[in-house]
Amino acid sequence: MININILKPNSDNFQTYLYIGSGFIFISIFDVILRSFFNLNFSTSLPGILNFFLPLILGLVGFQMIRLEYSGNRIVDKINESVNNNTFNAGLTLLIIFLTLIATPPALNWMIFEATISGDTKEACVATKGACWTYIKVWFRRFMYGMYPNDFHWRINTAFITLIGFAFVGYFMRGKLKNYITFYYAIFYPIIAFIIINFLISGGSFGLEWVETNAWGGLSLTFIVSFFGLIFCFPLGMILALGRRSELPVIKYISIGYIEFWRGVPLITVLFMSSVMFPMFLPSDAFVDKLIRVIAAIILFEAAYVAEVIRGGLQALPRGQYDAAKSLGMGYWRMQIFVILPQALKLVIPGIANTFLALVKDTPLIFVVGLSEVVGMLQMAKTNPKWLGYAMEGYIFASILFWAICYAMSKYSQYLELKYKTER
Amino acid sequence: MLRTFKNLMYLLTSIALLVSFETGAFAAKKSKTLKKTQKMGFVRCGVSQGLPGFSNADASGNWSGVDVDLCRAVAAATLGDSGKVKFFPLSAKERFTALTSGEIDVLSRNTTWTLSRDADIGLTFVGVNFYDGQGFMVRKSSGITSTSQFKSGISACTNIGTTTELNMRDFFNSKGIKYEPVAFEKADEVVAAYDAGRCDTYTTDKSGLAAQRTKLSKPNDHIVLPETISKEPLGPVVRQGDAVWEDIVRWSLNVMIEAEEYGITSANADSMKSSENPAIKRLVGAEGELGAAFGLDNDWSLRIIKQVGNYGESYKRNIADTGILPDRGPNQLWTKGGILYVPPAR
Amino acid sequence: MNHKIKSIIPQLLTLLFVVAVIGFFTINAQLNMDERGIDFGYGFLSQESSFDVQFSLIEYDGSHSYAKAYLVGLLNTILVSVLGIIFCTIIGVIVGVARLSPNYLIRNTAAWYVEFFRNVPLLLQIFFWYYAALRALPLPENTEPLFGVTYLTVKGYYIPRLIWENFDILLYSILAAIISIVFIRNYARKLQEEKGQQLPVLLISAGLLLLFPAITFVTGMVQLEVALPVLKQLSKTSFIYADGISVPPELLALVLALSLYTATFVAECVRAGIQGVSKGQKEAAASVGLTPNQILKLVIMPQALRIIIPPTTNQYLNLTKNSSLAAAIAYPDLVLVFAGTALMQTGRAIEIVSITMLTYLTLSLTISLLMNWYNKKIAIKEK
Repeated sequence: MININILKPNSDNFQTYLYIGSGFIFISIFDVILRSFFNLNFSTSLPGILNFFLPLILGLVGFQMIRLEYSGNRIVDKINESVNNNTFNAGLTLLIIFLTLIATPPALNWMIFEATISGDTKEACVATKGACWTYIKVWFRRFMYGMYPNDFHWRINTAFITLIGFAFVGYFMRGKLKNYITFYYAIFYPIIAFIIINFLISGGSFGLEWVETNAWGGLSLTFIVSFFGLIFCFPLGMILALGRRSELPVIKYISIGYIEFWRGVPLITVLFMSSVMFPMFLPSDAFVDKLIRVIAAIILFEAAYVAEVIRGGLQALPRGQYDAAKSLGMGYWRMQIFVILPQALKLVIPGIANTFLALVKDTPLIFVVGLSEVVGMLQMAKTNPKWLGYAMEGYIFASILFWAICYAMSKYSQYLELKYKTER
Repeated sequence: MLRTFKNLMYLLTSIALLVSFETGAFAAKKSKTLKKTQKMGFVRCGVSQGLPGFSNADASGNWSGVDVDLCRAVAAATLGDSGKVKFFPLSAKERFTALTSGEIDVLSRNTTWTLSRDADIGLTFVGVNFYDGQGFMVRKSSGITSTSQFKSGISACTNIGTTTELNMRDFFNSKGIKYEPVAFEKADEVVAAYDAGRCDTYTTDKSGLAAQRTKLSKPNDHIVLPETISKEPLGPVVRQGDAVWEDIVRWSLNVMIEAEEYGITSANADSMKSSENPAIKRLVGAEGELGAAFGLDNDWSLRIIKQVGNYGESYKRNIADTGILPDRGPNQLWTKGGILYVPPAR
Repeated sequence: MNHKIKSIIPQLLTLLFVVAVIGFFTINAQLNMDERGIDFGYGFLSQESSFDVQFSLIEYDGSHSYAKAYLVGLLNTILVSVLGIIFCTIIGVIVGVARLSPNYLIRNTAAWYVEFFRNVPLLLQIFFWYYAALRALPLPENTEPLFGVTYLTVKGYYIPRLIWENFDILLYSILAAIISIVFIRNYARKLQEEKGQQLPVLLISAGLLLLFPAITFVTGMVQLEVALPVLKQLSKTSFIYADGISVPPELLALVLALSLYTATFVAECVRAGIQGVSKGQKEAAASVGLTPNQILKLVIMPQALRIIIPPTTNQYLNLTKNSSLAAAIAYPDLVLVFAGTALMQTGRAIEIVSITMLTYLTLSLTISLLMNWYNKKIAIKEK
């Protein structure tokens, strides 16, 4: 009993406890810093286990000593409230701090201090113990553009910049033009995009050399696949969602069948079907490019997921909306387009954004059927006999790349969610 | 509404018509595949995803290898230009499906000719462009010099979807050795796994071992064991059902081998037109009407020899000079102690 | 009449369209197969497969049929899914609860974990674990033991094997314990309803579960031996650990990646579930005199679970479908063994891919149906 009483402060002796407690905490953290950064250990004389756990014990004692509600000190109150509200939490807090301190030096050494980025060959990396960023530097263009000829990379860049430009057109549509904004994004924009990509990236006319699709690759291919996926799976998903909610049994059951089928099979088998088996189902004279087949497969696949999200929105709308629209004498399509869909879509924007995010994250799977987007190029670079042994650097690079893209997307979807929540 | 209906009916009828048209009207023509190839302007050729000496792409995407040369020969014969080939890198798993489904028209991807493949799954093998056998690669430091030193518990890396997987089972079973097969889809991953120590041995065709050894981090630390555990006649494959196309591919290969036999090379092909030997004159298109049988002109074989070269040139360029297998072994002409023996082109 | 036509025509058109599309593909496939001399049929399933599989849960070698190879693949898929589900649930629940922790550091560490692992494509994570992390492990002969008796090497994770004698008796004893627990629970409920007394059911249950199997051990009916992994030399420089169980690195990487990735989604479900229970419920429960434990068990959990379970099941389903990425790292799952090797050896692409897709479809439809049934059962019955 007496032990606990010793460690328990009260408002009278808190000042003393605060000094001693902070001292303990400081020593414990300082000990870990010494151990991890400078490889020093001043408690080696203690038995092994005690030596190992010494910082934790000291820290826990320290936290125990400063734990007091309404201590009168604002900083201490804040600490107690946020990281030190009981012994268990104090222990976890210490563990997190220690782990961070222990993991930091080797991680920093590997990534920065002992890493190298100089030179253009593997030889530059032989002597270093850290990461070989030279590898990323040398292969960078491949990771971005795949096997697309170096001289033509400007074509991909131009195409993407133009596409982004056209995407912002809707933003400037004012007045009467604003009525056509949906029309623009649903029909006109995909056509523009297709034309731009066809003429600029694929080439073959206007004096631009033709680059076949199996030379496309890297991040630009990821963008192309996700871009077309996003544009086309949305309208298809919308139709399917309406179909599933339809009162006409044939349409309803066909939609259900379609949605449940695509949601039930793994994308990898669908891609395999589309890439090597699909020509079997076409007239023997027909020829559809593999990339187009794969994108089509992704669209058909993701549309089923989009449909389910939109259905959620449709179901959430109160019955009254339908009744009101009907009582105004609106037909089915007028009702859907002007009353139901605008409201339902607003409800499911975060869900749709999540589906789109999933689509972007699914694009590396096209590597499995022989299209080399970023992950595919990584696999190729990793097994290149001149660059064996740098898999880690490649994966870290790609992880950061994807993480940045997907994180931005998810933050944007959260922003939209907030925006539409308040507007309602 | 009625209008939509009418339109749809129209669409359906036209689809139905199209289907019947496909099967009825064009069925009489000589080679659908040849016609399609000439229409597209390139030969669609399935190759490996990178096997030095057989089919391998360099950094700028140019393909080379003996398997690649065969496709180039077909292109030279049918389209007049050996460059008009579109290569489809395929994994071992995808290759047959891609061929039977019509994604590619020739599969030239060091594929072993077996009965079940030839007879059962809609494929036809047209010949052998490389006689091979399955072997094992191990680390030199392991001290293993023969397969008889293998012990139970050994792990063997290999490619999924190959005859290797089947031979390996026969081999280890007959020796009573328990083994762990580790099968990857891509050949590069097999090599990388073996290199990293995931497996004790790497098994595939011996030519493949020799070629893949160049992809290891330290090629000289590894040896290929002397035993050969199977027969692996590797050759090009076409779809069943187009006998003329099959003949074109078969004779493109045969012409390359026969040209070597008669000493015709890409350099002297033109001058051989005035040769005394009628067999040579037939090969370079100066005599006879050999091409007509396929619906090709008479210079088809000359173009193959001129643009691609004979078999010996192709072997030397791709396999011998790259140091993969300097010795031709069984892949030598029958007149020089090998087993390359093709029917006469006449 | 007019109304009837109006509803029939679009249905007819849709039907025609679907029939036309399917018909178009089938006719083409038929024609192409005829022309190329490919026949269609499932007879190959009974043929000898003649290839071996890296590891299998049932007895299998190349002399068995393709149907058995299918089963091997399916079981391996189920194995990795079950392992993944177990681990992702554990991690997901911990992280989900941690995201609501009053501790600032814990909350944010959990948040960062979720934000990071959720936003990196799964295939990339699998590749990272398999090709970068596990490939960097030492060879068996250089490995330091982990937890004393296990060895984590580049060739796999070697763990001790448990050798049971009369394992079935142990199973029976556990079964007996479960049956008696059910009885005791019923009795306890009755006691509570009739007399208002409470029994420490949880304690008794745990005790019984331990006691029954313990008796079988003490009496010597069931015996357990542990076979430790022992280093075995295959040649001068190649070693393995024999006698123990070897967990192949492919399985390890797959389970790691699948559970770390899916756990982020499970964590979000758990968080939403706990947040979804209104504070008033807790206060109301406290005001009628329930203990904190009872509040958690009787008030919070039932309501939170109602919110948590449906989306979590969806995630489990996704995990199962995602396990098909195994094919990219040589783990012998359904896609690799059946839609890979078997497809290749038989060349029957349409048959095999259709069976594979149908298998996944059946798996997910079954789970969806169970889910719908469960949702209906637990739905709050409003008046």
